[in-house]
Amino acid sequence: MQSSVLRPGFVQVRVLDMEKAIAHYRDIMGLDLVGIESDGRAYLRAYDEFDRHSVVLRETDTTGLDIMAFKMVSPEALLAARKALEARDVKCEVVEAGEQPGVGERLRVYMPTGHVFDFYTQMDLSDIGPMTENPEIWREEPRGMRIVRFDHCALLGEDIDASAKLLIECFGFSIAERGLDPDGNNMAIFLSCSNKAHDVAFLKAPLEGKLHHVSFLLESWHDIGNAADLMARRDVKIDIGPTRHGITRGQTIYFFDPSGNRNETFAGGYSFYPDNPERVWTADQYPKGLFYYEREVVESFVSVFT
Amino acid sequence: MSSVDKPKYQINILKTDIEFGCREDQSILHGMGQAGRKGIPSGCHGGGCGVCKIKITAGTYVSGKMNRDVITEEEEASGYKLACKVEPRSDIALEVIGKMRRSYFGA
Repeated sequence: MQSSVLRPGFVQVRVLDMEKAIAHYRDIMGLDLVGIESDGRAYLRAYDEFDRHSVVLRETDTTGLDIMAFKMVSPEALLAARKALEARDVKCEVVEAGEQPGVGERLRVYMPTGHVFDFYTQMDLSDIGPMTENPEIWREEPRGMRIVRFDHCALLGEDIDASAKLLIECFGFSIAERGLDPDGNNMAIFLSCSNKAHDVAFLKAPLEGKLHHVSFLLESWHDIGNAADLMARRDVKIDIGPTRHGITRGQTIYFFDPSGNRNETFAGGYSFYPDNPERVWTADQYPKGLFYYEREVVESFVSVFT
Repeated sequence: MSSVDKPKYQINILKTDIEFGCREDQSILHGMGQAGRKGIPSGCHGGGCGVCKIKITAGTYVSGKMNRDVITEEEEASGYKLACKVEPRSDIALEVIGKMRRSYFGA
């Protein structure tokens, strides 16, 4: 089935210190700061994104994920999804247009894993988005880690099968890849609404609504190396990498923002089509699925979350 | 003064024989890592995840903002801290409270 969702559109993340967060996301990672609104939230975007923002930072006394939001193909598709959710008694509510600058009405869905997912169809275009007439590769040379765009999130919760089922049945997502426990139950589910190997992943944990990571696309393995150099030079705490995943085949570094939220820079990964058979990692080979070169589970990677 | 010349305070993990030096411009967790020692679980290093929770029983320090979901105001007031957000101002004695709790997806 073709999904009615275009892509993950933005995330809203809680940070402890806005000044340090902006120094990380803008100056080291290289996102553009679109603006800081009167309620204190900061809006950022990557150079190759057409829409006005993809990362929202909110300063408070906790960390983790406020919202993961998806842009849909049409208001009709959003309405159809809403009806399908309501038929399943899933808690939904409407977030009015303008709650974030430049964003239309959103349908807020409370997912079984405790995450808040917003779905919307309208966001203003960025004034400095990619060129469309005789388009140069970029308007201004990318800064910092040269992030192309926001890519995906991995999220932790108990009932990952239920959250995956909603995305599949109500929004047309497909499972690209799964990791199994020794009894054959899902430990990790990688879902795609696009040609990407994953747009969102759910990881099983005795937790609710937790964030594992927010991932950003880089162009190449060379850019992963550049990102690693920057992390070393600017004292960014690296969790693991540079390395490669078996799952999705992506090349990666995991690291932490100054509030301890895990970020990923991601390159490569296979192209996914919704008619592809599911790929599965059995429990005995799962560590290789996580980290293809190390072939071992990394303790902090499976124990450290916000 | 280069960083190698800066004074180091001794950090002592109670109920273990682990001791290491830590500068006042680095967190206890960072100091432990630089000294190649283990004992306090090492996580996000940003005050977010909470695995490096400690209880400081002796010494002076300055501490930064920490995720209230993992450390309450009452805990903080009674000496509980996240080691990644504490910089020493004297020798320190501490107990390790935090643990790495592996989730199911970690197999």
